[in-house]
Amino acid sequence: MTYDLAVPSQLLAALLPDLTLMGGAILLLLAAAWRPESDTHQRLIGRGAMALVVLTMGSVIATALRGATVTDGPIAMDGFRWTMDLVILLGALGTIAISTEQHARDGIKHPESHVLVLFAASGMMILAAARDLMVIFLGIEIMSVAVYVLAGLNRRSARAAEGALKYFLLGAFATGFLLYGMALIYGATGETRLQEIVTALIRHSLALDPMFLIGMGLLLIGLAFKVAAVPFHMWAPDVYDGAPAPIAGFMAASVKAAAFATFLRIWYETFYSVYGLWANAVAWVAIITMVVGNVVALSQTNIKRMLAYSSIVHSGYLLVAVTAGTAVASGAVAFYLMAYTLATLGAFAVVGAMQPVGETDAPIASYEGLWTVRPWLAVGMAIYLLAFLGFPVFGGMGFFAKWYLLSAAIASPGRLVLISVIVVLTSVISAGYYLSIIRAMFMKPRAADAPEIPAAGPLTRTVLVVAAVLIVALGILPGQITPLTARSGFAPHPVDPTLLSIPAQP
Amino acid sequence: MDNTFHPLFYSFHFYLFGLIGIASALLFVTRKSPVAAALWLVNVMFCLAALYLMLDAQFIGAIQVLVYAGAIMVVFLFVVMLLNLGHPSELADIRGNGGRLAAGAVGLALLAEVAVLTRARFPAQLTPKAAAALAQVDQPGGVIAPIADALFREHLLAFELTSILLLTAIAGAVVLGRKRGAADAR
Repeated sequence: MTYDLAVPSQLLAALLPDLTLMGGAILLLLAAAWRPESDTHQRLIGRGAMALVVLTMGSVIATALRGATVTDGPIAMDGFRWTMDLVILLGALGTIAISTEQHARDGIKHPESHVLVLFAASGMMILAAARDLMVIFLGIEIMSVAVYVLAGLNRRSARAAEGALKYFLLGAFATGFLLYGMALIYGATGETRLQEIVTALIRHSLALDPMFLIGMGLLLIGLAFKVAAVPFHMWAPDVYDGAPAPIAGFMAASVKAAAFATFLRIWYETFYSVYGLWANAVAWVAIITMVVGNVVALSQTNIKRMLAYSSIVHSGYLLVAVTAGTAVASGAVAFYLMAYTLATLGAFAVVGAMQPVGETDAPIASYEGLWTVRPWLAVGMAIYLLAFLGFPVFGGMGFFAKWYLLSAAIASPGRLVLISVIVVLTSVISAGYYLSIIRAMFMKPRAADAPEIPAAGPLTRTVLVVAAVLIVALGILPGQITPLTARSGFAPHPVDPTLLSIPAQP
Repeated sequence: MDNTFHPLFYSFHFYLFGLIGIASALLFVTRKSPVAAALWLVNVMFCLAALYLMLDAQFIGAIQVLVYAGAIMVVFLFVVMLLNLGHPSELADIRGNGGRLAAGAVGLALLAEVAVLTRARFPAQLTPKAAAALAQVDQPGGVIAPIADALFREHLLAFELTSILLLTAIAGAVVLGRKRGAADAR
């Protein structure tokens, strides 16, 4: 069946999962404010939030299975949206699970923090669906406003305050770029719907209109800020370092997934018609991001900063798929983000579990000899790091994520061979820092004065185990998920030969 | 105001308000005193309202003055004054007797203008275009209907999402604004 988005009731039906999450979040916000804040209340609201996320996941799957389509309008209904919704909700579920226990240790008692995660997730789900510049902007803002607050949740820490303020200021700055870009594109074409922008571009041959070009450039800058691509990455290490570990994981995993979902949507559905104009720019951002991120990550001594640079590097890999511009590449992005979200959740859960109470510094040196005191924590961390690296078998899903990405890049019409070689070479550099942590955990002795590591709570343990098992299992059985990956993509708008005849070969 | 029947009149006012608006925006970001900056921002809002009027968007123009220049800026100024950020000596950009006299003269001129405008009547003979524009304003719905149509039909989703955004911002402000010791004291 096809929903007609001009009819409000059918628009609501097409947004059912998003509305479930938003409505539930509003009710939970009331429940959170009902009683004075305390640790038990915080845990209770956390449980409620987890139940709501699971309910929303069910609603996403039910809506996806109904296989409905929509008329051209502000939102899309396709496999990519549903897969990204699941990736985002998985990230939110893991984050809430870890943070109920982590907050108790850090002395954070706001029950509203879980509700803010839910609001952020609803903004992200809107981003996964949005096909209208205004809706995209609102989705980004709902997500960002909630995450600005989450970053500064730990009021006792000066570092958290610094990170949150930096994130807020730079985020607001990036929003300025984004909004100005959208305004200029609207000014040039008179449309905010992605498909209608393309129609206007073709009808009035506006591809080389300076207003449109500047608008596209500003949009690229704004989104590069949100996904933390070099040279717009400076905020990421400071913010991840200051934020509580589960929230840093949420930022690294879900915020990035949602930002890439909308990045892909805008670029595929609108700008792909003028491929030659931006292909080189995006390819160079990808290359610089991969090289700089990897090289700087090598010299980090704090694990959160290292993971921040690692997340920057993964943005570089994903930008390659943006350049590739095929339906296969968008499916590869969805698969990559699923693997990346699982590994990031796990890695930040370990970081949170390893962190001594009340301290935000997380030196890599404290991981030495982890195998001798908490062997399962060490094994889990090794799996997540190998998944980041894309190591075969032990890295499970991470290997296939890179495999899909590279094959999509090489099979794309642009034949991105050179950039694929750079992906592989920079992955080799990344082995330098991922493997050195594994070496520290398994092959170095535990220092005599190393602090005691408290036992992880049951929910954290569940997240660690589920993330590790899913990564390895889906890595062993890729045959089961390949068809799903193929259905998670969406086809880009075809390149319009009348608009431009510049061949793209980065 | 239709730009086809008085092109010079139209472009003169466009550039007039455009330039005043840009100059005020520059002054807004360069003033040291928060109160003076806020007042320059009010000026920017007034210029924007004038530009809206010239685009035949009377309702948006009025809302611009009421909401931005009126409500939001007053709240700004309240916060500034409650926080005591401005020192009386730095509050005003205009100093000295000359400045006071000029400000008083502008105030009197504005008052006189109001008095004249309240007595003004439409000329009996309107140009056909002006008459048509006036008739459109007089229709049921008038100039508001097209805005309502865009807001509640075409961009309904964006409108509703804005409320979620505001709710998120309020919840976030409450979380961050709560006293740090409040929870520990219990």
